[in-house]
Amino acid sequence: MSVLTTPAGIATGAADALRRRPGADVAGSAFKWLLIGATVFATGFLAVLLAVMIVDGWEVLSGNLWHFLTHGFSQRSAAEAGVWQGILGSLQVALVTGLFAVPTGVATAIYLVEYAQGSRFARIVELNIRNLAGVPSIVYGLLGLAVFVQTIDGFTKGKTVIAGGMTLAAMVLPIVVITSVEALKAVPDSLREAAYGVGATKWEVLSRQVLPAALSTILTGTVLALARALGEAAPLILVGAATGFMSFGDANVFETFTGPYTALPVLIFNFARQPGADWGVNAAAASVIILVLVLAVNGLAIYLRNRFEKQW
Amino acid sequence: MNPEKALMTDESEAPEILAPSEPHTQTRIDVSAVAAMAGQRADTETVFECGDINVYYGDFLALRDVTLDIAAHEVTAFIGPSGCGKTTFLRCFNRMNDLIEGARVDGTIHYHGVNLYQDEVDPVEVRRRVGMVFQKPNPFPKSIYDNIAYGPRLAGVKRSALDDVVEGSLTRAALWDEVKDRLKMSAYGLSGGQQQRLCIARAIAVQPDVVLMDEPCSALDPIATGRIEELIAELKTEYTIIIVTHNMQQAARISDMTAFFSVQANEMGHRTGELVEYAPTSLIFTNPDDPRTEAYITGRVG
Amino acid sequence: MPQDTSDLSVADLRTSASRRAWSAGARWAFALAALATVLVSALIIWTVASGAWTFISQVAWGNLTEIGWFPRRGLFDLSTLLVNSAQISIIAMLVAVPSGFGAAIYLSEYAHPKVRKVMKPTLELLASVPSVVLGVFAISFITPSILTNFFDDINFFNKLAAGIAVGLLVIPLIASIAEDALRAVPVALREASSGLGARKVTTSIRVVLPAAMSGLMAAIIVGFSRAIGETMVVTIASGGGDTSLFNLALTESGGTITSAMAALGLGTDQVAGNNLAFQSLYFLGALLFAITLVLNMLGDVIVRRLQNKY
Repeated sequence: MSVLTTPAGIATGAADALRRRPGADVAGSAFKWLLIGATVFATGFLAVLLAVMIVDGWEVLSGNLWHFLTHGFSQRSAAEAGVWQGILGSLQVALVTGLFAVPTGVATAIYLVEYAQGSRFARIVELNIRNLAGVPSIVYGLLGLAVFVQTIDGFTKGKTVIAGGMTLAAMVLPIVVITSVEALKAVPDSLREAAYGVGATKWEVLSRQVLPAALSTILTGTVLALARALGEAAPLILVGAATGFMSFGDANVFETFTGPYTALPVLIFNFARQPGADWGVNAAAASVIILVLVLAVNGLAIYLRNRFEKQW
Repeated sequence: MNPEKALMTDESEAPEILAPSEPHTQTRIDVSAVAAMAGQRADTETVFECGDINVYYGDFLALRDVTLDIAAHEVTAFIGPSGCGKTTFLRCFNRMNDLIEGARVDGTIHYHGVNLYQDEVDPVEVRRRVGMVFQKPNPFPKSIYDNIAYGPRLAGVKRSALDDVVEGSLTRAALWDEVKDRLKMSAYGLSGGQQQRLCIARAIAVQPDVVLMDEPCSALDPIATGRIEELIAELKTEYTIIIVTHNMQQAARISDMTAFFSVQANEMGHRTGELVEYAPTSLIFTNPDDPRTEAYITGRVG
Repeated sequence: MPQDTSDLSVADLRTSASRRAWSAGARWAFALAALATVLVSALIIWTVASGAWTFISQVAWGNLTEIGWFPRRGLFDLSTLLVNSAQISIIAMLVAVPSGFGAAIYLSEYAHPKVRKVMKPTLELLASVPSVVLGVFAISFITPSILTNFFDDINFFNKLAAGIAVGLLVIPLIASIAEDALRAVPVALREASSGLGARKVTTSIRVVLPAAMSGLMAAIIVGFSRAIGETMVVTIASGGGDTSLFNLALTESGGTITSAMAALGLGTDQVAGNNLAFQSLYFLGALLFAITLVLNMLGDVIVRRLQNKY
């Protein structure tokens, strides 16, 4: 190796060796662009999805949106059909879901983090929650059908918003628990110690210090869980969300909780099953509406999280 | 005395409270004469009598056989190398160790004659009487006012009396002048030193009898540290203070009694702390009994 | 000013009864809620197990291996549904794993923190796209605008489109688990590789990916489980009817475990003919529950082992 003979030679050799040669790392850039392609595909299809749905549903979205949003379901013709029963039903179901899932889920998380951390019962509950999170949504439909619709029909009045909401509450319960556990674990122990240090009981520490500190994150998790419930159709089909014609009769808003109901994703499913292109337009238009709704709710949750993210 | 009444107490009564502390100068000499590690000290009001305290974390012994008394209206300092169990011991006095998973305290601590570790005692009430200031300032994420008012509210102090409690506590913590115009602002806006004084104010707002301080200055700069030390000197006229510090000069400056803890590792490498020497500060820093103490304070160990 | 401490007694060291009662009551309320979550699991298991038992004890075993799934005629060929479920889930994995892993590697190894900060929430957003919408997307776009270019005689309802749509649905889940696995690989390993003169691509493929292998496996397993359990996409795009004939062709329609359940569920009021049809709903539920439970526990064990590793 002659370059090693003189210091000057070494220096020149080194300078050459260190120079970035164009095209030397072809494999590296190819790999990187492949990854970028995969990422664009993974995230970009949302844009394609929205675009396709808007184009397909344009007929309704551009000309007939108000009618579509304010009219009930019609079996007779696609042009007469609207989704307001679905929107109302979805909101009612989400309300019931929240009423059942949020208190239970947050309380479970509090028990796990603040009372029973490490105990055998806590480990059982944690394992149980992780498994529940992986149970397919339609299985929750079976739970709803057998338990909420049939066994406790005295409370739910059968196939009603209440039964549907309880079914989805069971389904989103793991999400609420898991995000609440994260939120509570993020509250520093120094805060708890400070409160104990001035003579607070456990309940006082939790209710006045820990929960307020964790509230924004818990809220975010709750909103995400409800967004999930808003888009879910499979379990509702089993617990009797109407897929065909339905009428409230002259029921008032409170009575609709214990009468026949439907939900927006169930209506989309129904539109998609009808023969004929005009029903397809309805399905696409309703898809745009539910996408906007769900994305808005999610966006709100993510915004809330970033806005209130605490630095301890 | 119920807390409300106590709150109404006029500042003018302060001298009366100061008065009983006068004879302490006398007792201190007695104590130094005895210089007993675990001996009963006569003539002085004893706040805590600890007997054979052992603290376990799970199966491991963290602190072995500590027996000592804490005198009223004095500053008692716990010093020693890290891991020697001084913080663990401090947390025994208000049963803060109850909150640690798997921690167990054996032995007795009599507080004014009542054993804190008997079933009938509620740690919540103990902590109201034995307040605590932590290593890192840990104000609540609330306003300055609400930080102070939190404890008194729990203790049932009426809304109408809260303003006075807040002002009184902040004044005694030497913070009032700095924050009186921004009581409704977040405590997180204060400097580190101010936050720690806020935490002291928060601790004394519930009318405790004792204030425990766990390395209260370790996160502060020298100027802030100086202010806290001044504050401690003032507070001891009203409160009994136990302070853990890693700073020997600080212990020498502010304390009346000093307990030196050391640590021993067993064959499995598990470290257990023990009390080596407990004596008046002046004595410990000039003429320590135990060679380990001497090695530590002269900087040869730790 | 400190309170009077002379004549202190144990009674003074007790908190007021109401504060203690509140604290104890709260504890019970929280424990009760935790118990309720266990109850949900117990009820699910009881529901599917008892319904499935009724089915198993009454069905003629020969009818479980027939020409197809015709519940109202008493023909319950499980292989039809299982094969369709497997086919659709495998197609879904073929779509979701490359793009999900690619996105995960990009976000964890290459992306600028600012890009990452935008892309992570976007992935979360994608995870919330309702599955019915993807079902509609499959029949209104994937089949007519894409697949018909490649397959002349493709059915309007077909397993291929359903599989692709399910794949799109699972991408965010797979990407998220994979990204967690990659980020769990210590920076020191990457530095060690770079320090030996390895290029970034070499470090990523030779060091980071193998180190994260078990986590990536978990992502595939959990993603597969999710794909098997997906209902609406398949019901809309492939298994529209409540019957299906055994068929291996991907361009044909075919019902899965889940779409058969949805079809049975739609007719719960009017399930006529063979009354076992209604019970088969629970049997399928039990089957689905067992499959996904095993897969999820497997994935969970792997993820946990990974967490302990570093």
